[in-house]
Amino acid sequence: MTDGRTTTRDDGLELFERMFLIRRFEERASQLRAAGLIPGFLHPCIGQEASAVGVCSALGPDDVLTSTHRGHGHMLARGADPARMYAELFARIEGYNHGKGGSLHMIDVDLGFLGANGIVGAGIPLATGAALQQKRRARGGVAVSFFGDGATNEGAFHESLNLATLWKLPALYVCENNLYGEFTRQDQHQVVKDVAQRAASYGLPGVIVDGNDALAVREVAREAVARARRGDGPTLIETKTYRHRGHFEGDMARYRPKGELEEWLAHDPLDVLSRRLLAEDVASDSDLDEVRAGVERRLDAAVEWATERAHPEPADALEDVYVDAMRGAALR
Amino acid sequence: MTRFSYADGIRQAIAEEMDRDPNVFVIGEDVGAAGGVFGVTKGLFEKYGADRLWDTPISEEAVIGAAIGAALLGARPIAEIMFGDFVTLAMDMIVNQAAKTHYMTGGRLSVPMVVRMVTGTGGSTSAQHSQSLESWFVHAPGLKVVTASSAEDAKGLLKSAIRDPDPVMFFEHKQLYGGRGGPAGDVVEVDPIPFGVGRVWREGTDVTVVTYLKTLEYTMKAVEALAEEGISCEVWDPRTLVPLDREGLRQSLAKTGRLVIAHEAPVRGGFGAEIAAFAAEECFESLRAPIIRVGGTNTPMPYAPVMEGFVVPGPERIANAIRRSVGRPPVVSSN
Ligand SMILES: Cc1ncc(C[n+]2csc(CCOP(=O)(O)OP(=O)(O)O)c2C)c(N)n1
Ligand SMILES: [Mg+2]
Repeated sequence: MTDGRTTTRDDGLELFERMFLIRRFEERASQLRAAGLIPGFLHPCIGQEASAVGVCSALGPDDVLTSTHRGHGHMLARGADPARMYAELFARIEGYNHGKGGSLHMIDVDLGFLGANGIVGAGIPLATGAALQQKRRARGGVAVSFFGDGATNEGAFHESLNLATLWKLPALYVCENNLYGEFTRQDQHQVVKDVAQRAASYGLPGVIVDGNDALAVREVAREAVARARRGDGPTLIETKTYRHRGHFEGDMARYRPKGELEEWLAHDPLDVLSRRLLAEDVASDSDLDEVRAGVERRLDAAVEWATERAHPEPADALEDVYVDAMRGAALR
Repeated sequence: MTRFSYADGIRQAIAEEMDRDPNVFVIGEDVGAAGGVFGVTKGLFEKYGADRLWDTPISEEAVIGAAIGAALLGARPIAEIMFGDFVTLAMDMIVNQAAKTHYMTGGRLSVPMVVRMVTGTGGSTSAQHSQSLESWFVHAPGLKVVTASSAEDAKGLLKSAIRDPDPVMFFEHKQLYGGRGGPAGDVVEVDPIPFGVGRVWREGTDVTVVTYLKTLEYTMKAVEALAEEGISCEVWDPRTLVPLDREGLRQSLAKTGRLVIAHEAPVRGGFGAEIAAFAAEECFESLRAPIIRVGGTNTPMPYAPVMEGFVVPGPERIANAIRRSVGRPPVVSSN
């Protein structure tokens, strides 16, 4: 921006809205699970909103993504409908996966969101293949894979990066380094501190960015997307961030050193953005309040709608195993 | 009253074997300081330290490979795969390496490793955290396959698994643990349970029901109800799928003449098929009714509880299979 501002009012508020939506979606999900509405696992991404929103705001309609067990934020950042997400978490027919997937497997095909994943690291080769097809069909689309620091210890990560550079695939590998893989601190699961260093082994750029600064994330993501669209190949982006909650709902995260959470809370991605918008006089407190109120109304409606959706029938379990089940013969 | 959970059984087996043999160690993701995602190894790290409990990165292939490599040099590693589903990432190490090492080397090398796997459904853990994959390993000669269905069996079988000179795939059903994080229970003495010896959980004369893991519990429920209908069931748990206690099963079939097999894994290609084939090939003269298999539907595991309940065979489906086996009509539940 020429006037010294980092963004415009509309853009700043839109980013803030997406991030606040993710935050509140997750907080409510945790309450809804406690209330017995969500039967399965939840891995909340609270604290990591800027990484999801920053990257997704750099994408276009032809781009596709793969995600992880901590995927709600990526999906919402891409524009998914929170009502259908809640319906899926509640295991209802009108949920994104018709009640078959739950949090770990949620998809939105129309948005090019190819799915959360229950297997750590599995989204990385899938995005690599999606990037291959993007290249083949030559419409300029890219494929993004989100994954954690822990996932970079799987062979799938290394094999994929090698392949993607070899074939110059239009891919973005976004490592959300939240300092932990499950209950294990990063320095207990890998010696490198910066996952981005690993890019050197495969010959692609490895970029480190403050993962709690949505605008900074977007900037590096835009550059990586441009590079991919130009045909110059993939980029590894490491967003340094932190999950405020435990690994999953129910994990009290006692393995964290004292004071660490507080340090990161002082660098909350929502505050980082709102402080900047206020300081640069891009938006006012009442603008932000209005956005917050709008998100709450939207989530109220989403929860209400989802709660009223029908449960599947037990025998629906037999549907969708095959595209062509040959009149059921393939199921026997 | 003694408190002795399934998780206690496993934890005690590991501890006692570590006391007995310094070459025994545990390796896996969050098994050490964190005590395991299911709390099974809780407290062991404090007692035995980092040289006996190796916390690994999320690298299943390297974890199992490391266990195999150490075993080649005389270690007795116990590798944990947190959810058995993730064993798929280590299949080369297990199937192409460990299973065949002894054979390929003409008997010169062996892999005395245990792979502990958390198996089965646990309430909406859905498609990638709920599978029952035991039959895959039955089909790879060179591996031994154990399914522990009770706290005592878990302890005794795991001790034998650790002492066994061959690679052992050890299945623990997540619903049997008895809750995470509770205080450790009492120490119960259990001797190593030899492989290849089934367990009769209930004696009966009309039908033999072969079952294991969580499905054993459902079966016990079903057969108690059926006793009131005058059907007498013998419940037989193989305990080790490889090696299989063929004599034990033969004797049971000689008594009952009828066979029902129940497990959570999908019916198609499941271990029930192996039991059925054995009975048909080797006990044909004892049989007086068609063999019936009850198992998971041939589908991945859905998320919604109502669908999961449809996929996993419970007491009602097992009871109806037994009724069919003795020529009685099924009882359809009211809901
Ligand atoms: C192949 C595989 N191994 C282990 C797990 C169990 N697990 C689920 S999430 C997780 C930690 C992942 O850490 P990271 O990649 O850093 O992502 P984060 O949870 O921090 O977002 C583990 C070990 C799994 N789901 N899949
Ligand atoms: Mg992490």
